[in-house]
Amino acid sequence: MALLTIEGVTKRFGGVVANHKISFAVEEGEILGLIGPNGAGKSTLFEVITGYYRPDAGDIRFSDTRIVGRRPDQINRLGIGRTFQKLRPFRAMTLAENVMVAAMQHERDPGAARREALRYLAFVELADKADSYAITLSTGERKRLEMARAMATRPRLLLLDEITGGVDHRTIPTLIQLIGRLRGEGLTLVVIEHNMRVIMSISDRIVALRLGEVIANGPPAEVGKDRRVIEAYLGEAFVVPAGQAGDAPKPCAPERR
Amino acid sequence: MTTTEQFEAVKTEAPRRARTFARADVPTILLGLLLLLALLFPIVYRLPYPRDLAIRVLLYAMLAQAWNILAGYCGQISLGYAVFFGADAYTSSILQTTIGWNPWIGLLMGAAVAVLLSLLIGYPCFRLRGHYFAIATIAIGEIVQTLAINWDFIGGARGLSLPFRKDSLLVFQFQTSKYPYYYIILTLFALCMLVSWRIERTRLGFYFRAIRDDPEAAQSVGISITRYKLVAMAISAAFVAAAGSFYAQYVLYLDPDSVFPLSLSILICVLAVVGGTGTLWGPLVGAALMVPLSEYTRIHFGGTGRAVDLLIYGGLLTAVAVFQPSGLVGLARAWWRRRWRF
Repeated sequence: MALLTIEGVTKRFGGVVANHKISFAVEEGEILGLIGPNGAGKSTLFEVITGYYRPDAGDIRFSDTRIVGRRPDQINRLGIGRTFQKLRPFRAMTLAENVMVAAMQHERDPGAARREALRYLAFVELADKADSYAITLSTGERKRLEMARAMATRPRLLLLDEITGGVDHRTIPTLIQLIGRLRGEGLTLVVIEHNMRVIMSISDRIVALRLGEVIANGPPAEVGKDRRVIEAYLGEAFVVPAGQAGDAPKPCAPERR
Repeated sequence: MTTTEQFEAVKTEAPRRARTFARADVPTILLGLLLLLALLFPIVYRLPYPRDLAIRVLLYAMLAQAWNILAGYCGQISLGYAVFFGADAYTSSILQTTIGWNPWIGLLMGAAVAVLLSLLIGYPCFRLRGHYFAIATIAIGEIVQTLAINWDFIGGARGLSLPFRKDSLLVFQFQTSKYPYYYIILTLFALCMLVSWRIERTRLGFYFRAIRDDPEAAQSVGISITRYKLVAMAISAAFVAAAGSFYAQYVLYLDPDSVFPLSLSILICVLAVVGGTGTLWGPLVGAALMVPLSEYTRIHFGGTGRAVDLLIYGGLLTAVAVFQPSGLVGLARAWWRRRWRF
């Protein structure tokens, strides 16, 4: 039985349909890559799954529980952790404190929570910066901090939004290694990623979105060869009719990376 | 071990012990001294005026400290705290004048009323973020004041006088000498400090700070933001309320203009901001500086030009806002770090 089941999820913002009847399932223990050009609705789908947006239609189940309509904090406590595309560290806190706040869901005592936080920071290789403030970190380090923070809530499913976005290319191998180690911890992952090489190498399965709809769902090799996927990324960028440009944010923008 | 070795051991041990002594115990010693000074104050200053001033410093410090729990730690700026102040003042007073209840029970009842009110106000208002929350609390404060002015049962605009009784801690009244009031407010304030100190060091404090820093991120790690904002508001409302009851017993007269004004709500906020929001000592520092300062400027500049005192007061406030937004405690911390390179 699937860990996460998404059925017919639709999310509209006014006239813009960000997600249109999206359906797919995430199996326990797999790494699912979520790809699609800018504006395809990947991040919107994350917000819908984690309860920050309420879908206009459709159903989402985590294990056996319906999670549509629940608050983000409730969804997290059920076992879904997440990072943010636009990073959101607690700015006035040290790294250790950032992760402690999350760890306190299971460890009320600050001392125990700190020990646990340091373990997660060590896991993402930030232990040496435990007592510096989050604002002093580089983008790549902040991403890892968010991962540590999400992990400290002990989720079964982790949603990672753009792990390599804005990260300089030398740090990318570290992040890929980290994803491998997360799987080693028995976590199920859904990863949004723009870097095709990265997503192809880490994913067991890939779901491709375009203009809010699922256009492909399968193993990386298959999806990579799918005509509609290639078209979504490259082909139609050159034939956008002027009138359609306003229908969705940057509907067919070419992939830059 | 030879004598020389022992000597060497002592020699290397001694400075280390001295250092740990200095690091760990300086705050404790300072705290002890401060407490001693606070306890001795009415014995040294026997005139009513300095005592009255000290009582008001502590009263306002307590209000600012309570406000700091919701606004400083949890980041929800309320400008309607006079509501809780007045609610308890009126509750305890009405219970006394109508059915003759003891003011101490009245204080607790009033605090309960204030907590209930804080939940009723907080639940809808916490849907609003940032400035909008602040504006909503101003509106509620104004509504409550208008209601109180027009409600005859609680004395309306005429206000409410409390009956004189004998001097006793039991009935919370001291007419011949006001110094017991000083020790009562000192105790209440110390309790408020203790609770804040405790909050800072437990999960509650971490959750509050997380909500202040980034509500969405706080939710993503499983923190119910509405629930914890309500907890913060209830705790701080209870302390503001207790201060309100104290005020009623101290002055023995209250009317809507003295316990519900917007200016009181703003003053509470200003004291905490000047001292340093989100810090343990900021509210006390702010009150200890600003309350006597406003008295001083009023005495020395108030009579002649009417508004000169307010100009000076306002100018100082602006200076703090511009040069040190993290308040005087922030300034002291920055200086301390530079000085000792922590």
